[in-house]
Formats: sequence, C-alpha cells, structure tokens
Amino acid sequence: MSSSSSQRFTATPLSRRKARQEALARWIFCGMAVAMIVPLLLIVGYLFERAWPSLSLSFLLEVPARGMTEGGIWPALVGTIYLVFLSLAVSAPIGILAAVYLNEYAGDHWFNRLINLAVINLAGVPSIVHALFGLGAFVYAARFGYSIVSASLTLAIMTLPVIIASTREALASVPRSFREACWNVGATRWQTIRAVVLPNSISGILTGVILQVSRAAGETAPIMFTGAVFYKVVQKGDFFAYGLHQQCMALSMHLYTLSTQVPGVKESIPFATAVVLLGAVLLVNATAIALRVYLRARKRW
Amino acid sequence: MAEPPCIEIRDLRLAYGPKEVLRGISLDVLPNEIFGVIGPAQSGKTSLLRCLNRTIDFVPTARVQGTIRVDGDEVRRTKDVFALRRKIGMVAPLPVGLPLSIYDNVAFAPRCAGLTRKADLEAMVEQCLRQAALWEEVKDRLDSLGTRLSGGQQQRLTIARALSHQPEILCLDEFSIAIDPVTTMRIEEVLKELRAHMTIILVTNLTQQARRLADRTLFLWNGEIVELDRTDVIFSEQPANRKTYEYVNGIFG
Repeated sequence: MSSSSSQRFTATPLSRRKARQEALARWIFCGMAVAMIVPLLLIVGYLFERAWPSLSLSFLLEVPARGMTEGGIWPALVGTIYLVFLSLAVSAPIGILAAVYLNEYAGDHWFNRLINLAVINLAGVPSIVHALFGLGAFVYAARFGYSIVSASLTLAIMTLPVIIASTREALASVPRSFREACWNVGATRWQTIRAVVLPNSISGILTGVILQVSRAAGETAPIMFTGAVFYKVVQKGDFFAYGLHQQCMALSMHLYTLSTQVPGVKESIPFATAVVLLGAVLLVNATAIALRVYLRARKRW
Repeated sequence: MAEPPCIEIRDLRLAYGPKEVLRGISLDVLPNEIFGVIGPAQSGKTSLLRCLNRTIDFVPTARVQGTIRVDGDEVRRTKDVFALRRKIGMVAPLPVGLPLSIYDNVAFAPRCAGLTRKADLEAMVEQCLRQAALWEEVKDRLDSLGTRLSGGQQQRLTIARALSHQPEILCLDEFSIAIDPVTTMRIEEVLKELRAHMTIILVTNLTQQARRLADRTLFLWNGEIVELDRTDVIFSEQPANRKTYEYVNGIFG
C-alpha cells in the first residue's frame, strides 16, 4: 500500500519523456513567436537610426525643396490622407452593406455562391492588376483622368473584398440563437439586424475597416497608374492642397521616387519618409486596437 | 369538442435534404389545452414547432409538405408571417437573454409590432415579467443587461419575451433543461394560470412533466405519431401502443 502510493508520484521513464517533449514543444513555439518580433525591431530600429537627422515637425510641414533633394514631405502626407479617406469613404459603406446582405439575407443559392467566390478571388488579385484595371476603368473609360478620384476608386476596389470578408466575420461572431430569438417574436430581418446584430458586431466591423487604412496608405502600384505624381507644387502646411480632379503626391510613391529616381537626395530623407509612413500606419492600427478595446468593454454577453 | 381546433395539422412532412424528419403527421390542438409532446431525441419535436411558426424557413435545406392551419389560416400560405409568429410565443430549450436591457428584452417584440407609447410599453413589460414570475426579482434593475441574469432568470425572461407579443399559442421547447427544479415548479405553476388565456404546447424530455401538466400527450418517435391521447391514458398501464408504455416507463431509450 505505502509502496504503491509513493510510487505514484515518482518520475517514471514515461513521465520523463513526456516532460522532455513538453519542454521541447514549448521552446519551439516560443522561439517562433520571438522570431516574429526580431525583424520588426530591426526594421524600426534601422529606419529610425538612418532617419534621425531629418526627423522633425518641420519635416512633416515643409514642402520638398531643391528638386526634392531637401525639405519636407507635406504634399505627400496630405495626398495620402486624401487618397485613404476618399477610398474608404467609398469602400466601407459598400463593403459593410454588401457583407450584411451576404451574411444576413442571402440564402445558399448559386448566385450568392457566385458572389462569395467573386469576393474571395477579388481579395487575391495582385495590386498591380488592380492598378491596370483602375487605369482602364476610371482614368480612361470613366474619363476621370489621372486624378485623386481615379486613384481613390482604384484603392477602394482593392480594399473592398477585404472589408467584406472582415465584416462578414464580425457578423458571424454574433450567435445565431440571438437572431432566432428575435425571429421567434416576429421581428423582421432588418429589425433583428438593427437591434441585435449590428450593435454587437460593430467593433469587429470598424476594426476591419481601419486595418484597411494601412493597406490603402501603403500601396504604390494602384495610385502610381491612376493619379499619384512625382512632384506637385503645394503651399507649406496647406491642407486643401488638391482638388479631387487633380493629381497628387503620396507617401508611398514619394518614397519610391526619392529612393530610385532622384539623384543627390540627402541620405536621411527617404528613411524619414519611411518612418512617417510607418508611424502613420502604426498610429492607425493603435487607434483600431483602442477602439476595439473600448467597444469590447461595452460588449453585452 | 364542439370548439374548432386551434391548430390543425394534416399529413405534415418535413425533410432536411434527403433526411426525412417528419413523416406524415396529422393532429389537432384544441383551444386552451396544454398539449404535451414527448419522444426521444431526433424524433422531430423541435422541427414540428419550427414548422408551426415558420422559422423552418431559415433552414435552407428544409422542405415542408402538408398543411398546417392556425385559427383556420393556412400557415404555409400566410401573407404576414410576422403576424403569425407574434400569434405563437416560442421558448427555446436554452435560455437566450438578448444583449439588451431587461426592459428592452421584453419591449422588443411590442416595438417591432409598432407599439411606441411609453406608458403602454411599461405596462406591457411589467405584465409579462409578472406572468413569467420574474418581476419581483428584476423590478429594480430593468436597465441592467438581460445576458447578465442567471440561467433560470434568463429562461423566465425568455418566457416573458414570448408572452410580450400577446400570443394565442405558447410553445415551450424543453424549457426546463437549463434550470433548477424549484424554478421549474414555479414556471409550471405559471403555465397552469396561463392556460386560461392561451393554448400551450409543451415539448419535454421529462415525461413526468408532461404527466403533471398536459391534458393530452403526443408520443412522437422517429418522425411519426406513435400515440396521441389523454395524458392519463398515455401514462396508464394500458396505452394503445406497447412502445408508449415502454418509453414513459423508461424501458427503451
């Protein structure tokens, strides 16, 4: 009796083997997780170090000077803001409403399956193909010319499928039992959506939309083909620098031209531009996280 | 028996894709009776209720045949399915507090039906919560969330919600599986009072619950009616079908 009970807690070959496997698995997983952080820190650290001489508030507000070899990035910053907001102003409403239809109304029907297939495939189209489409559809066919409108619409087409997918996921996370409870008391689909589904999925929907901000801000190809330019004369600190029918500068494009097209640029300027782009994206992502935390706290089940 | 039946079902067939769930059910439910439905899992009890208020429409693969009449109206051809659902209160097996305040949980259905006057809504909410034996426990915190109530309270909230659209028929689908025996007994008392105002269909896995409450009991097995008779006959030593005797006495599973 006593020998068996003491045996129960001593290490057996089996338990030692299990412990070894457990430790090994744990270290492998942990190592991979750490490996994720290393490149991020290296990129951020390297960028900051190289960009440091140029980083200042005036770098944000100044316009480029001396054939873009000196000065700031204000026109590109404003242009990116224009492009991002205009494109999301188009794609977010369409995407969210389409996702509500697909998730809440559409039955399992060949036509709806076709729409689903289209959404998934559209999300997989490379951005350069979107660019070419935007060039043909908006610049030429719709006669918007090379302009902010064309570039924004191209970005909107690019972000649309992802917004649809993320919104559908947010909607699907609301338990079906809530919907059934509403239907059982004679509520229509819309009454159900308004009272229960949307209030409980709005955090996920907004997060999905905001994450597309960084994508729209970072893409170069779609805007390069449709409305972003090399250089444009803009007053320092002028927020209303562009008309919608005009072409504009943009951060991603600016970075590309500074790095490859302009001779004799002060070395830290491209890096500072990259830091601004990265900082803007991180700022937006942080907003998304904060918003999510805030709305989660109000989540009601 | 002179009264016309409240619900008439004739040769009701239901299939989910190739799988037949109801195989030709015909029965009448009389006004103001408590109609018990018993039967093992997969016998089609819940599906029967879903056909009744047409929430079966939300199952894409479901095919329904046969006729169901509620108050003489053909359910499958009704013009206003939302009015039909308001006529039938439905309580699901698991309590569902909507992620709204307790007040809004109960006021939701009247609002959907177009009732907007505050005084009317308040009176309605109080009446329904009283009927569901929940009023005393929540009257001081109607603003708090329905999802934060305990399981038994949420189940009574579900019942209050089912009553909030003033149904003529109340369907309870295994309402007691998530709640304790004491609360169950309280709700059973409530049901006995409610039958004065409405017809009650009680689907239950607890055969004794059907025995306590139901006037007539239907024994459903594998989508077919095995026996439908007065409850005292179903639970007697000699029901018409041997299977019934075995089921209610727990002899086969």
